Amino acid sequence: MNDLKKINVSIIFTYIFLIAFALLMVYPLLWVVSASFKPNEDIFKSLNLIPSRVVTDSYINGWKGTGQYTFGRFFLNTFIMVVPTVIFTVVSSTVVAYGFARFNFPFKKVLFALMISTLMLPDSVILIPRYILFNRFGWLDSYKPFIIPALLATAPFFVFMMVQFLRGLPKELEESAVIDGCNSFQILLRITIPLCIPAIISMAIFQFIWTWNDFLNTLIYINSVSKYTVSLGLRMSIDATSVVNWNQIMAMTVISMLPCIVIFFSAQKYFVEGIATTGLKG
Amino acid sequence: MKRYKRKDYIGLLYISPWIIGFLLFKLYPFIMSFIYSFTEYSITGTPAFSGLSNYIYAFTKDRLFWTSFFNTLLYVVMTVPMKLAFALIVAMILNMKIKGVNIFRTIYYLPSIFGGSVAVSVLWRFLFMKDGIVNKFLSIFNIGSVDWLGSPDIALFTVSLLAVWQFGSSMVIFLAGLKQIPNELYEAALVDGASRARRFFSITLPMLSPVLFFNLVMQTINAFQEFTGPFVITAGGPMNSTYLYSMLIYDNAFKYFRMGYSSALSWVQFLLIMVVTIIIFKTSSSWTYYEDGGQSI
Repeated sequence: MNDLKKINVSIIFTYIFLIAFALLMVYPLLWVVSASFKPNEDIFKSLNLIPSRVVTDSYINGWKGTGQYTFGRFFLNTFIMVVPTVIFTVVSSTVVAYGFARFNFPFKKVLFALMISTLMLPDSVILIPRYILFNRFGWLDSYKPFIIPALLATAPFFVFMMVQFLRGLPKELEESAVIDGCNSFQILLRITIPLCIPAIISMAIFQFIWTWNDFLNTLIYINSVSKYTVSLGLRMSIDATSVVNWNQIMAMTVISMLPCIVIFFSAQKYFVEGIATTGLKG
Repeated sequence: MKRYKRKDYIGLLYISPWIIGFLLFKLYPFIMSFIYSFTEYSITGTPAFSGLSNYIYAFTKDRLFWTSFFNTLLYVVMTVPMKLAFALIVAMILNMKIKGVNIFRTIYYLPSIFGGSVAVSVLWRFLFMKDGIVNKFLSIFNIGSVDWLGSPDIALFTVSLLAVWQFGSSMVIFLAGLKQIPNELYEAALVDGASRARRFFSITLPMLSPVLFFNLVMQTINAFQEFTGPFVITAGGPMNSTYLYSMLIYDNAFKYFRMGYSSALSWVQFLLIMVVTIIIFKTSSSWTYYEDGGQSI
């Protein structure tokens, strides 16, 4: 009886801790949403999340931007950059992973080890020669530095993730397809890829979010404001806006987070699975 | 000697995009940045060999080199252990048989999806302003207002809190690792009368050590390269107290166009990361436990 009581009390404390901690974790996000609907003079007045008066012109004026271009343009630009990058990453990583996971070619071990080692290669050490290379190719101030490397499976994280996933799949289906006279490409297209859909979705989600949030690379490669992504546009507006228009910045911050939030909540399952498989089976 | 069949060579065809990408966008830049590091090279001219002068300049003349070097070390030492400790503690609590695990996991993970985006850095800047919302919160407990971003002593800590807030992905990895620990181990320990602390140190920690190791390596490598947070939140200030090493590389390369010098800087950073990673790897054999004796690594 005493024991039971003790357990109940500790469970209650655990829940209180978990809830309090959860509130602390999401408060900044809730705050920025609420601040974007508050009149400027109210933003820093209280911790209260409910605006005393709801304003929406923060969104309308924030969207118009500070210069020649609206956030609509920045959003469009970001999609033009992100969507091909995601599609090409998914296709190239899947094909390469299929090669690594299903064939036994010469130097496979060495090549695979090289691929894994690039997983730990800090990006900054190749940043400068890559910039010079892209400059020579005439790719600066375009989205090619993002899109074309994606075509060549340059994100080892995803290749590795797919290899791990493929290794976990039963091979019987593929083997019976060989007996039926399918070649390896037909097998990849008709059997392997349909089985990989969950991993492919995880990969697409992660690449979308990472490219969407990318700041350093866009800062380096994109110069003209007409080609700015949301990240660059947001940074420009915090530098340009007079200190008074806080709620406009909050509004654009919320808008820029929105695609990631929507994807996260609609595909949570794939998030957790994606992290768990790559993180663990190393 | 192994004989390969025609079918095996098809594998090379499938991985050929990666081979091209690796040679062109990984290996070539890697070698070139090493070569550039011994040259004086502004992007318009041609690289002129200058021996070790870039390295000597960095170590002896560039004051910002040591400033950013120590700032970055401090940043890594602050963020990585805090982040992993949070991730592990929360994962262990969530691993207890409680209801609503998924909801809590979702909420705790949410900040992680914004990664190193400008949006969260802007958010941080507003939260920690002198008359911002964090100080307002502290004033409830009668704590005087803290100059989170304006004081050189605490600005770096404030910036590193942003990374700690995003402990979610490490937590999910820990949680998956905890699920793999067989329950029988704990049951046997309970029968033997092992205390809670004893169970943690003798079962949980050893069984989780490969996962901990993975998290530690990846988080350390990432923390060494942090850029967006300090760049957007504080722009390196006040008094260069949040000026991190990657900002030094960025400034030299893309503000002053000293491609040779910044290549040398990036190689120093690369070697530093390598040394730290190797230390973690070497010491890991004494604290990581693999069921298969380390075969899979």
